[in-house]
Amino acid sequence: MNDMDAMEKAAGAYQAGVEKTLSKFPERKKEFVTGSKSPVGRLYTPLETKKIDYLRDIGFPGEFPYTRGVQNTMYRGRLWTMRQYAGFSTAEESNKRYKFLLEQGTTGLSVAFDLPTQIGYDSDHPLSQGEVGKVGVAIDSLADMEILFDGIPMDKVSTSMTINAPAAILLAMYIVVAEKQGIAPGKLNGTIQNDILKEYVARGTYIFPPEPSMRLITDIFAYCATDVSSWNTISISGYHIREAGSTASQEVAFTIADGIAYVDAAIKAGLDIDDFGPRLSFFFNAHNDLFEEVAKFRAARRVWSRIMKERFGAKNPKSMMLRFHTQTGGSTLTAQQPDNNIVRVAIQALAAVLGGTQSLHTNSKDEAMALPTEASVRIALRTQQVIAHESGAAETVDPLAGSYYVESLTDRIQEEAEGYIAKIDAMGGAVKAIERGYIQQEIQDAAYAYQMDIESGERVVVGMNKFQVREDPPKGLLRVDPAVGEQQTKKLQALKARRDNGKVAVTLATLKAAAIGSDNLMPPILDAVRVYATLGEICDVLREVFGEYQQKVIL
Amino acid sequence: MERTIRVLVAKPGLDGHDRGAKVIARALRDAGMEVIYTGLRQTPEQIVNAAIQEDADVIAMSILSGAHNHLFPRVLELLKDKGVDDVLVIGGGVIPDDDIPGLKAAGIAEVFTPGTPTSATIDFIRNNLKRKA
Repeated sequence: MNDMDAMEKAAGAYQAGVEKTLSKFPERKKEFVTGSKSPVGRLYTPLETKKIDYLRDIGFPGEFPYTRGVQNTMYRGRLWTMRQYAGFSTAEESNKRYKFLLEQGTTGLSVAFDLPTQIGYDSDHPLSQGEVGKVGVAIDSLADMEILFDGIPMDKVSTSMTINAPAAILLAMYIVVAEKQGIAPGKLNGTIQNDILKEYVARGTYIFPPEPSMRLITDIFAYCATDVSSWNTISISGYHIREAGSTASQEVAFTIADGIAYVDAAIKAGLDIDDFGPRLSFFFNAHNDLFEEVAKFRAARRVWSRIMKERFGAKNPKSMMLRFHTQTGGSTLTAQQPDNNIVRVAIQALAAVLGGTQSLHTNSKDEAMALPTEASVRIALRTQQVIAHESGAAETVDPLAGSYYVESLTDRIQEEAEGYIAKIDAMGGAVKAIERGYIQQEIQDAAYAYQMDIESGERVVVGMNKFQVREDPPKGLLRVDPAVGEQQTKKLQALKARRDNGKVAVTLATLKAAAIGSDNLMPPILDAVRVYATLGEICDVLREVFGEYQQKVIL
Repeated sequence: MERTIRVLVAKPGLDGHDRGAKVIARALRDAGMEVIYTGLRQTPEQIVNAAIQEDADVIAMSILSGAHNHLFPRVLELLKDKGVDDVLVIGGGVIPDDDIPGLKAAGIAEVFTPGTPTSATIDFIRNNLKRKA
C-alpha cells in the first residue's frame, strides 16, 4: 500500500468519525464559505494538494513562477515599502502631511489628487465646484507641484501617484520639479497608476475614449524605457475592482486581463516586451479573509508569470515578476464602532505581508467617514510597523506555503481567474469586454449579492449588523476648508498673469499637432508643463483631438 | 391599483464611486420601483432635468467625494426654481453627521450613511412620498 492509499484510508476513518460527531453536534452552519463566497472544506490534507507539482507550480522565491515571491530573500533583505496614500486641500497642506509621514517612518510617498485634477479640470472650471481639494490635493500647474515636493528629497523618496487619464501630465510635472532639484529623470523612483481600463469599469476618472487612452499609456512606456528607466510606468489595479464589489478571483482575473490588454497595445505600438515588461507593476486589495487573500496574491504571481513567459514570450525574468502594492480594503471599514477598523486593517495588512507585497498602505480607522486625521494615520502606520518588527511574519519567506488549505486556495483562485481570462479572451480582450459591459456586470452582481448577504445576516459585519451599540457621532474628523477652491482660483489667475502666455500657446499648438499625428506625446507635454501650461489647458487640447469617453451605464 | 414609484438614482459631481448607487438602484427595482440611473458625473442641472423628464417621484443622490454640501442643496434650489415641489429628494454616501442638519434644512428629506440597509431606504421612500399614489 503506498502513502496515498494509506492517506485515503485514514481520511475515510476520519470522515466516519466526523459523521458520528455531526449526528450529535451539528456544525455552526450548513455551508462554510470564504470572504468571496467560495466553498470551504472542513479539512485540507495532502489529498487536496496531490495534483500540485512543487517545482512546476510553487517553486522557489525569486524563481518562476514566483508563487512564493519575487525576491529570493524577500523581507529578510528589505522590508516592504510603507507607503501611506495621502493628499488633500492645497499643495501647501499636503506637503506638510508628507513631511509628517516621513518623520513618522513611512518609506515612500503616495499622492492622492483631487477629482478635478484626476479628470483634467483646473480648479476654476465650473465642474470643479465643491470638489477642489476634497479627496486629494489640487494640482493645476507645475507651480503647485513645486510646492507639493518642496523640501522633499526626490532622489531618496519613491513616490506613487494615483493618476490615470492625465498621468502623462503629472509625470511630466514630477520630472520637471526633480530637474529643478538637480535630479536627473533616470534617478527617479516611483509609480504612476496610469491604468485607464479599471477607470472605465470601477473608478470613474476617465477622460478620453479607450484608443487614445491606450496610446497615451504606451507613449509613457516608450518614453520611460529610455529616459526614466527606474519608474514604474503603470500600476495595473485590482484594488478598485474589488472595492466596487468583485470577488477575490475576479480581482485577479480582471486585473490580469487589463494587463494583457496593455501588453498587447504596447507590442502593437512596436515596443519590445522585455523593454517595458520589467516596469509593469500591480496594485491589489487586501480584505478580511486572511487565507483567501494570501492565496490570491500567490495565485496572481503564478498566473501573470506564465502569461508573460508562455503567451508573450518574455525572456527577461523581471518581465515575468508580478510586483505589487497593496492597500487594505476601504469597503470593509465600518462607520459603526470605528475602532474595530484597526483590527480589520491589521488582519488585512498581515495578509498582504504573508502574500509578499512590495509596498503597503494601511487604511485609517476613520476612513468610512472622512479623510483620516494625523492621529489615525499614525495608528495605521504603526500597524505595519508592528507586523514588520514584532509579528515574526517578515522573518522567513512565504511562511504559509505548504499549508494544504492555502495551496488549495491558491490553485482554486488560479483556476477561476484563468477561466475568466479565457472568457475575456474569447470576447476579444479586456477593452471589448468592458465595451460590452461584461466586466461591470460581473462586479455589480457580486456587489449586490454581498449586500444582500449582509442584510439577511448571513454575512456578519461586527458592529454593523451584529454586536451593535448605541454610539455618539464621531468627533474630530478631518475637514477640508471649503475656501480651497477660491484659493486655487486666485493662484491660477496670478499664474496666468505672470507666465509667458506666448510660450504656452506655442507649446499647446505643438502638442495638438503631435496628438493629431503619431509622435510620442511625452516630449510636447513636458514642454508645455515647463512653461506652466495648466493641467486643464493641456487636457483641453487632448479632449479637442481625442474626444471624451461616454460611459456605458450598466444596471 | 397603486402606481409604480419612479426613482431617479443620480451621481452628482465628479465622484466615480458608484457601487452604492448601483446597489441601491437594484434594491429599489427589486422592491418593485421603477428606477432610472443617470450614470456618473451629472451636474445638478442634468439631474433636475432628468427628474422632470422622467416624471420621477424621488431623486436619490449618492456622493462619496465630500462635495455634498455644495451639490445636494443646488439640486433643491433648481427644483424650486422650476416650481417642482412634489419630488422627494434623499441623499447618501460618506457624509459626516455634522453636515446632516444643514442638508435637511436645505430640503434633503433624509441622508443615509454607510452601513444603512437598503430596506431602510426602501421603507423611507414608501412612507415619505410627496405625491400620493
